[in-house]
Amino acid sequence: MNRRTLLKLVIPLAIIMLWEALSIFIHNQFILPNIRSVLQVLLSPGTDIMGSGSLIENALMSLQRVGLGFLVATCLAVPLGVAMGRWEPLKEAFDGIVSALRPVPPLAWVPLALAWLKIGLASIVFIIALGAFFPVLLNTMQGVRGVKKNWIEAITMMGAKEHDLMVRVILPAAAPEIWTGMRIGFGIAWMCVVAAEMLPGTSTGLGYLIMYAYSWGQIQVVMAGMIAIGFIGIIIDRFFVSVERRWLSWRGL
Amino acid sequence: MERSVTMMLQLQNVSKEFGSGKSRVRTLQDINFEVNDGEIVAILGPSGCGKTTLLRIIAGLEKPSSGDVLLDGEKVEQPGPQLGMVFQEHALLPWLSVHRNVSVGLEMRGIPQEETRGRVMQYLSMVGLSDSAERFPHELSGGMRQRVAVARALTLEPKLLLMDEPFSALDFQTRRQIQQDILQVQERTGKAILMVTHSIEEAIYLADRLVLLSSRPGMVREVLKIDLDRPRDRASPLFLKSLNYVLNCLNASVAPESRKIGGTGAN
Repeated sequence: MNRRTLLKLVIPLAIIMLWEALSIFIHNQFILPNIRSVLQVLLSPGTDIMGSGSLIENALMSLQRVGLGFLVATCLAVPLGVAMGRWEPLKEAFDGIVSALRPVPPLAWVPLALAWLKIGLASIVFIIALGAFFPVLLNTMQGVRGVKKNWIEAITMMGAKEHDLMVRVILPAAAPEIWTGMRIGFGIAWMCVVAAEMLPGTSTGLGYLIMYAYSWGQIQVVMAGMIAIGFIGIIIDRFFVSVERRWLSWRGL
Repeated sequence: MERSVTMMLQLQNVSKEFGSGKSRVRTLQDINFEVNDGEIVAILGPSGCGKTTLLRIIAGLEKPSSGDVLLDGEKVEQPGPQLGMVFQEHALLPWLSVHRNVSVGLEMRGIPQEETRGRVMQYLSMVGLSDSAERFPHELSGGMRQRVAVARALTLEPKLLLMDEPFSALDFQTRRQIQQDILQVQERTGKAILMVTHSIEEAIYLADRLVLLSSRPGMVREVLKIDLDRPRDRASPLFLKSLNYVLNCLNASVAPESRKIGGTGAN
């Protein structure tokens, strides 16, 4: 093990030790359960938890929702972002509304989502899609605006029409930034799904599981759920990064 | 005396203004000259004389405020494959291999793959890069990239090759080498070349004729025929004489207006 890996391990190990020490000191599993009880939940992810499904089942449910919301967001944000990046008037027209809506946290939309779409999948997907929408939109727009004029002109000189430009220059050139937007968007979507699942009327998903376990005083399940959420988040982020390195690495050259 | 040669590109009173009202600036004024078939013409001028703008107007990338650009008697109004362009910076697409960079124009035209491959390899070998077809732009040196850009511009078999200070970013030796290569390519393809450069020496080494521009607004000061045998010896007295002449001409404080008419009539 080299120095860097050692350094990276220092703080997590310290936190784990502090956690265990505190749990012994506090000696109240409703405030801080010990590591063993949390690990027990994590290491049997297929076991049903108090009739609300297993860790895996709930994680899959959350992933399904976030996938759907993310898909909706990407399908709307990428074309709009490309159009706004390519045609200045469209950017001018949408700039105001985008900068007005962007700072509104997705969760502030919850009451409206419930009023419009009722309790259920549609309103959760709506919240997730809102969270993922803006990073994808803005990065796509930035990416398209940043395409080198030289590239566009070189291809135009060869007789390219707008369609050729789009497919051969603009989309490939903007792809790394679009992908970065999607990566950020997915991260936010993942946070939104967990929060959305804590809303009334939901009875599945990791967010629900955490709230449910809390209401029964099962703090070790709450902590196990949180760790699972973090872990899944990391895995997905790694996936985005590795695709970027494999396919979109020309940008850094 | 050059009338037997077909006139290919013709500029008629091309002017360009930027801005409007009081801030209106005239960058090019009444530019007239022509490029004949198979000829190399270099546009020379101090920086800020609008020579790049002029080339972009000829390419159809910008519109003149007044005047016309005629290619084989037809007005050039938008960019198209009848003109090939080599940019100051290579402008290759970094995510495509050398081969795909060169073939992209043919692909857009829907030319069959076999034929595309053949043509790409033909032009890549002409610029000495047939071994690098599968490499990527970032793996090439600056000089190699510009060669790829030349090959790319040639694949669509344009009537005229435009080059905007194509070698200005290259080091001295690479520059010398690629200048020779361009002459070879020109000899083999017989393409007319119109290039913008700020190097007087490069212009005299390469060009059959020089178009000297004055600055602000850019006007044709003089069109000069370079009657030296190729390969040209940069150290020969005649070469140096031309160099001095051009240098003096560009530095001359003579009001450009007074020399304008004589300039275009020089050939």
